[in-house]
Amino acid sequence: MASLPSPIVESPVETTGNDSRFRLILRRFLRRRLAIAGLSVVLLLFAFAYIGPHFYKWRYDQIDFEAFLQHPSATHWFGTTQNGFDMLALTMRGMQKSLIIGLIGAVLSTGIAAVAGATAGYFAGWADRAIVALIDLILVLPGFLIIAILSPAFHGRTWLIFVVLLAAFQWMITARVIRSMTLSMKEREFVYAARFMGVPDWKIIFRHILPNMSSFLIIDATINVSSLILAEVGLSFFGFGVQPPDISLGTLIGDHWESAQTANGYQFYFPAILLVVLVLSVNLVGDGLRDALDPNAGTAAGKGAGSK
Amino acid sequence: MTQSRPLLEVKSLSVTFPSEAGPVEAVRGLSYHVMPGEVMGIAGESGSGKSVSSLAVMGLLPRRARIAGSVRFEGEELLGRGDKDLSAIRGGKIAMIFQDPLSALTPVYTVGDQIAEAVQVHQTVSKQAAMDRAVELLNLAGIPNPRERARAFPHEFSGGMRQRAMIAMAIANNPKLIIADEPTTALDVTIQAQILDLLLKAKEATGAAIVMITHDLGVMAGFADRLTIMYAGKPLEAGAVDDLYYRPRMPYTIGLLGSIPRIDAAPGTPLTPIEGSPPSLTNLPPGCPFTPRCPMRVDLCRKVEPDLVRMNGSGEEHFAACHRSAEIEQKNLTGLDIFPAPADRTRDFSRVSDVPVLRITGLKKHYPMVRGAILHRRIGTIQAVDGIDLEIREGETLGLVGESGCGKTTTIMEILSLARPSSGAIEVLDRKTAGMTAQDRFQIRREISVVFQDPMASIDPRMPISDILAEPMLTHGVPADERARRIGELLKMVGLRPEHTSRYPQEFSGGQRQRICIARALALKPKLLVLDEPVSALDVSIRAGVLNLLEELKAELGLSYLFVAHDLSVVRHISDRVAVMYLGRIVETGEVNCVFNHPAHPYTQALLSAAPLPDPRKERARRRIILKGDLPSPANPPSGCRFRTRCQKFADELNDQQRQKCIDVDPVLCEHGNAGSDHRAACHYAEGGKLN
Repeated sequence: MASLPSPIVESPVETTGNDSRFRLILRRFLRRRLAIAGLSVVLLLFAFAYIGPHFYKWRYDQIDFEAFLQHPSATHWFGTTQNGFDMLALTMRGMQKSLIIGLIGAVLSTGIAAVAGATAGYFAGWADRAIVALIDLILVLPGFLIIAILSPAFHGRTWLIFVVLLAAFQWMITARVIRSMTLSMKEREFVYAARFMGVPDWKIIFRHILPNMSSFLIIDATINVSSLILAEVGLSFFGFGVQPPDISLGTLIGDHWESAQTANGYQFYFPAILLVVLVLSVNLVGDGLRDALDPNAGTAAGKGAGSK
Repeated sequence: MTQSRPLLEVKSLSVTFPSEAGPVEAVRGLSYHVMPGEVMGIAGESGSGKSVSSLAVMGLLPRRARIAGSVRFEGEELLGRGDKDLSAIRGGKIAMIFQDPLSALTPVYTVGDQIAEAVQVHQTVSKQAAMDRAVELLNLAGIPNPRERARAFPHEFSGGMRQRAMIAMAIANNPKLIIADEPTTALDVTIQAQILDLLLKAKEATGAAIVMITHDLGVMAGFADRLTIMYAGKPLEAGAVDDLYYRPRMPYTIGLLGSIPRIDAAPGTPLTPIEGSPPSLTNLPPGCPFTPRCPMRVDLCRKVEPDLVRMNGSGEEHFAACHRSAEIEQKNLTGLDIFPAPADRTRDFSRVSDVPVLRITGLKKHYPMVRGAILHRRIGTIQAVDGIDLEIREGETLGLVGESGCGKTTTIMEILSLARPSSGAIEVLDRKTAGMTAQDRFQIRREISVVFQDPMASIDPRMPISDILAEPMLTHGVPADERARRIGELLKMVGLRPEHTSRYPQEFSGGQRQRICIARALALKPKLLVLDEPVSALDVSIRAGVLNLLEELKAELGLSYLFVAHDLSVVRHISDRVAVMYLGRIVETGEVNCVFNHPAHPYTQALLSAAPLPDPRKERARRRIILKGDLPSPANPPSGCRFRTRCQKFADELNDQQRQKCIDVDPVLCEHGNAGSDHRAACHYAEGGKLN
């Protein structure tokens, strides 16, 4: 087919491409000093947990028979435990586990929420009713207790089961939000256009609907990281979460909380303070991301006071 | 206008907003004055600064806006005054009517309370007296049963009634000046006619002057006394409406007037599009902002921004800001001299074959109204579409016209979803959708595609153009090398550069995005394009280009269009045949000239007479049929003829016996006028009434 003589050849007027959208978000993010601080701390803690052990002479499972219950010193920076384990090595190891649990759990939980919420919203009908009923059901179940009760079942097995369980009790609220976002997004014309082209429903969800919520999903996943770390710590503290021989910040705190009031408080304070710092920084990153990705969401930091 | 002192005087007003990309110069030196009792119009496209300037006058801009210049009302300076001071004037001496009447009323108070509140803020009266005044105002605004309706909440009002309530509120304190910001843009034509009529009545009742802000030059023609045309934050031309419409001296004004399809023009009259799109208001280059789109530009235009200069040849208050306006005046240049007319596209009806691409017979779509969360009780039926017949032949454009809520959208959604209709039949290329398997349906989707109203919403913002255009081909299994070739071809076809495939939709203007949507719709070489209000979301100056493109494509590719619109002039411009819809039924259909020149159904007559014309003299001379009330609920349509509740003929011309027939008997579409023509109308007393 011969192409038509082009009547008007127009060139794009603005130069705000996706590339510059990314730059705009970056600029907004970089403007938030706290978010930058949070991000730096998170990255430092990652480096601490994963790179640190390579540069430290003690391994987490190594016992120093010459130093039981020693206060921080040049040889053992965070001191040692009753059994001669190096506290810094343990903390790094525990931080590894907590971080990885937080990350996998958050991605998993946001993923479940995205699929369940979008399915419910897009297909409506019985799929919607079933998913909403499931959400309501899980919401009223006490997740903490159930994981605690189930914990003997995954004794001695991989900690991944624990992560899955944590995520399974985390996704519901997000799924509800995604469901309602999908309800409005499926009325958008580009979704209609894809449907009338004959694009299959699943493809529409994964190509058009979920990518258009990516800001929300990213923010949600970030905030989930901190709440999952806290959940993990809580359960592990009571011995229901990460099981020996694995170590997490939760098990460390659980093992040493009794020393908090004593002269050997360092055993408790090092992991506990690092936990607080980690969760706080992840939350700061989450807030910064929300401001950058979704400036109209209106956070406490919004400064356009006079704007409509 | 005996008084010589202007009521409102705006002098070199400028408004700047800080933004991420640098300061946005929304208004750059606007001056105008309004005499008591006069209607001053400000026209411009979106982003021209017309609304911002009026908000600046009212002191309603956010604090971060930097405002300079002077705004004097009754000789007093308004700029720089505190909010408290201004509040005494706002709603009292100056009233404002906004575009969106839904968000302008508080949802949690009754309409009567809100109007009474407006009265009490500025006058010391008792609560009861204020309420009585509110009822009186609602009555004045033409709301039936005002005492009862005053106790209703805004959501119980229709859009037109809300705008009436807004006007009632605006005139509550006998203002000296009413600022109306796009007061009819969100409304249907028949309601628009009602509201404009009401505004004029309100003006007479209060003696107020009106500042009317709109993008619609048709509305402006019959309404305003004087007019200022704004572009990129600056006035480009100002003067009496007659001067501006008949003797425009600025290429932008000339181009705008030439690019509007007119309801009184013969179909096929070429529109002269203005190239390009309005500039972004950050980092404006020096010189005239219209330069890049102006066919008359010279080097000077790029360097020096022209000031408003008085035109000598026409009325004494006619100003234009153009380096070459003297030349235009001298040679009396018109649109066709300045803007290159597109190639002549006389209609070739021989192209229309007898093969139908789409045939709809007796299509019905009823939605159940249910109540109760667990036990869904059916409490009624919304008859969104109630038995319509349509046929589109190969190479033909059928215009489907009607007001919002008449069932247009339901109809095209039924067609596009290719589902088995609850009643009636849809045939695409002679194949009934009812008997189709999923595979058949998928195959037939190649033949029908759609272009939606809002180009911002109808393409996925997260995909580059190449992916957007590839999607239909990918879905239907077109091989990769063929896809790549076709994408370039499609972009060229719709007048975009093929190099732009890797760009994202945000980089394009509204008109360009609509071109991308059209390109996507054409990707699979369909037979039928469903165009759902394809130009109504676009700026006036851009519409003509898209309409011309659609016509060219049709001629070149032998497409058929189902063109759905509420804008009659656009439909007249592009359609071969037209079908007028009212409350789920087709009330009149036929060849476009027959229907527009000799409308038979009273509804069509009313629609035509309500459609504004960009021609001040004709506008003033026209007899308007103003329909009463709103569209009845499709859940409970009137018995007999569905239009009778609003029908001007039923109300004024018929006798009781004739009326009884309208009440009892549902009219069917029957042939009308010359035998053999397919002009049909569903009215017992159809006539060949001639309008315009």
